[in-house]
Amino acid sequence: MLQVVDRIEGLQRVNDFVVKFANVNGSGSASANALFAKAVLRMGIAATPRNIFPSNIQGLPTWYEVRISDAGYLGARGGGPDLMVAMNPQTWDQDVRGIEPGGYLFYDNTKPMPESKFRSDVVTIGVPLTRITNAAYSNPRQRQLFKNIVGLGALSALLDIDPTVIEQLFSEQFKGKDTLIQPNIKALHMGRDWAQANLQCPIGLTLRKSESVGDRIFIDGNAAAALGAVYGGATVCAWYPITPSSSLAEAFASYCARMRVDKATGKNNFAIVQAEDELASIGMVIGAAWNGARAFTATSGPGISLMQEFIGLAYFAEIPAVIMDVQRSGPSTGMPTRTQQTDLTICAYASHGDTKHVLLIPEDPYECFEFSALSFDLADRLQTPIFVMLDLEIGMNERLTKPFVWDDSRKMDRGKVMTTEELEAGAKFGRYLDVDDDGIAYRTYPGTHPTKGAFFTRGTSKDRMARYSEEGADYQENMERLLKKHRTAATLVPAAIETKAARPTKFGAIYFGSTSPAMSEADEQLTAEGVSLDLLRLRAFPFGPEVEAFIEAHDTVFVVEQNRDGQMRSMLINELEINPKKLAKIVHYDGTPITARFIAGAIGQYVNIDKVVS
Amino acid sequence: MTFIPKPKLHHPDLQKNALGLTRRDYEGPVSTLCAGCGHDSISAAIVKACFELDIEPHRVAKMSGIGCSSKTPTYFLGASHGFNSVHGRMPSVATGANLANKDLIYLGVSGDGDSASIGIGQFAHAMRRGVNMVYIVENNGVYGLTKGQFSATSDKGAKSKRGVVNSDEAIDLVGMALQLGATFVARSFSGDKGQLVPLIEAALQHKGIAFIDCLSPCVAFNNHEGSTKSFDYVREHNEALNALDVITGRPEITVDYAPGTLEMVMQHDGSVLQLRKLHQSYDVHDRVAALTYMQERAAAGEIVTGLLYVDPNPRDLHAHLKTVDKPLNALDEMALVPGARALDRINAGLR
Repeated sequence: MLQVVDRIEGLQRVNDFVVKFANVNGSGSASANALFAKAVLRMGIAATPRNIFPSNIQGLPTWYEVRISDAGYLGARGGGPDLMVAMNPQTWDQDVRGIEPGGYLFYDNTKPMPESKFRSDVVTIGVPLTRITNAAYSNPRQRQLFKNIVGLGALSALLDIDPTVIEQLFSEQFKGKDTLIQPNIKALHMGRDWAQANLQCPIGLTLRKSESVGDRIFIDGNAAAALGAVYGGATVCAWYPITPSSSLAEAFASYCARMRVDKATGKNNFAIVQAEDELASIGMVIGAAWNGARAFTATSGPGISLMQEFIGLAYFAEIPAVIMDVQRSGPSTGMPTRTQQTDLTICAYASHGDTKHVLLIPEDPYECFEFSALSFDLADRLQTPIFVMLDLEIGMNERLTKPFVWDDSRKMDRGKVMTTEELEAGAKFGRYLDVDDDGIAYRTYPGTHPTKGAFFTRGTSKDRMARYSEEGADYQENMERLLKKHRTAATLVPAAIETKAARPTKFGAIYFGSTSPAMSEADEQLTAEGVSLDLLRLRAFPFGPEVEAFIEAHDTVFVVEQNRDGQMRSMLINELEINPKKLAKIVHYDGTPITARFIAGAIGQYVNIDKVVS
Repeated sequence: MTFIPKPKLHHPDLQKNALGLTRRDYEGPVSTLCAGCGHDSISAAIVKACFELDIEPHRVAKMSGIGCSSKTPTYFLGASHGFNSVHGRMPSVATGANLANKDLIYLGVSGDGDSASIGIGQFAHAMRRGVNMVYIVENNGVYGLTKGQFSATSDKGAKSKRGVVNSDEAIDLVGMALQLGATFVARSFSGDKGQLVPLIEAALQHKGIAFIDCLSPCVAFNNHEGSTKSFDYVREHNEALNALDVITGRPEITVDYAPGTLEMVMQHDGSVLQLRKLHQSYDVHDRVAALTYMQERAAAGEIVTGLLYVDPNPRDLHAHLKTVDKPLNALDEMALVPGARALDRINAGLR
């Protein structure tokens, strides 16, 4: 027996709602879910999907959540979904419980369910997906795969998605395997026709063609960073698989296969080595960069922990190295498939002894591409490790982002490298001589000149001419020069970006990385509530003078971040000698992406208490 | 002052090689190791091998980890770049360096602590990847720089200077190298220059991973009675397999061995290894037999030295990765940066 649509008044929303798919692993649902998100985007409506998955391959539940927001909000909204596509019996109870009041529950009603399994304040939409597909297909694999497409067809009728958009996506997806196109279209319409014949379509949640996508592209941050490494001239990639960074190295391999194979010889203008561990990965990167190649590794927190000793060597011996850290929840194995901004201090001060490193912090895939390409110039220019700080939220989720741009006149900045000709002409070479008063000395590549310019690279202390020395004065001079170099770095990294409130305000908020879309949305909410905030988005460490000026100009500055201890706040206090009381800690670290609701709530609460007190 | 330069006085009659360089041009500053250290003999052998092969010193990159052995690259090839990296990690640094520029010669020097203990993982993976380099382990079976602790190559039952007896099994790096697919595997003894120099020369010309386990007694901590890595012990138990001449089209290098049966091994670069076999039955191209033979002799208390295995046509990591002929560190924007039009096409595919 069919269960009919419950006639309670459901939410009425156009182009502004959240759909969540509860998946059964191994059922092929991922591809149908991605098609749904793409269809929304092709209708010109901004949408942001997120994979929610445990550290497991098969057998544990996963979800796919799509926030549709014609207003362009790309951060996670928070709260429950407005439409739950509940395909996983294992998570049924929690899925039903999570739906927003007045929301919709879409499910396969082939097998009847007891009434106690439903909610009275949620619109229930039952579609007999298994029965429809079993009647149409006999092959078990086809039944499984096409059930997802039949479901997508039913959803397209319920949400008023233009079916030709999905048909077009089929023809792109199966290009070269054309025989698959028609069966998919048929399954789509099977679901669509059933819904139109048996249910009231559309429901209160509908999609209408729009222009909010514009010319933006849709890509995940890991792929964007990998592409940035191709454009940045990286030739050596050494890596060790670790979630959530593995897809970065894999994307680099696939972009290289497309764009870095020498046409005349069929040989590779790159070398990618899957190392035996993270220690070997960073060792290879350092060896390659020492020898004049642009090299990088991609890793996550546990890998950074393992690389500490080598990072100290690269800092002290002044060797360029690019480390892409796709952060996840720590410590230890932590929550490997959940997002956090939790490696800030371990990267900024990596290794034993006094160190300070350069971090670049992208907010979205566009900046992942930009900063990745830039990191190789900075590494060569500064002769030091450069960290590109992604996180799982940016790295592993496809996101709408500005199209990538490249200026063909751009040249790689290889930094201060003394050439054979310069050595031959008698240029004075001392590996650690601060000739330009910027803390950066000249280096030579091995093999440059028969008699001049050779030096010994070591992790032990040395004098300006790279000779082993344990003299206190030599050691200290070197350490001071490294500090000077770090100050030079502050002038070369991307500056923080300030967004001023419409009215003068004593409140500021500092944020960075994947917090960006949630922060912008929270700011709008707070403004509507009468709370004005000036915003400063950090894009790098060390901090430029604009950061200190911003904090100086406000009475209270909220530092919004996704870790427990307020690591960026500590770094601001530490580096700029700020009174800690001035910096209010707003932290979100449960492993889910930070939301506008959370930020607006936390700041709103603080401001109201502040009002009461003052 | 811990850096001791050598006076630059050259005797006018010093022999010159084809490049017009003397042996002195292949030396470095004065060694700060203990007088009589076996490692210094190995450094001298490296100097002699590079001199005799007419290698331009600056085309060699010296790679090492941490320990007494890893300090030695300072004391030879002063005109070469060197990299004294971190403990046990020389192989990865050398691998990366090699990826960046396939045209240089990579000479890795490590020790038994550096390669058999902390660095055994990286040692193993460098062997199986076939990085084109010479990898010498200066094996004294002891931690010298930290004053005499056992290393992982210390023989079971060996006695330390303090009288402690080692109860752990020894790791045999030669056996591991053979098992892991190294394409040139040898063992020698720092006190046997006649054997060691030609082995280093052959290794330098091998286009793949060339591993030499070189027993090198520690005069300070492992040259006493009860030690199995002392000069006397190794001399008494040395079982030399073969003697080697390396022919590069220059006048023949004289060696001290009496000629036995000759076997010529043509290497990939055209050089010829002329093996004078001391053991008629030994086949230098049989990896499995090499392992068996070594283990048999070890059970009999002998240390087999000489060239144990060589693959005349090795494939190195660059061959596996199909890299271009030009060194990766010399590629410019033209080869590396796909450009704005390619990026526009990528953008178009992401909508």
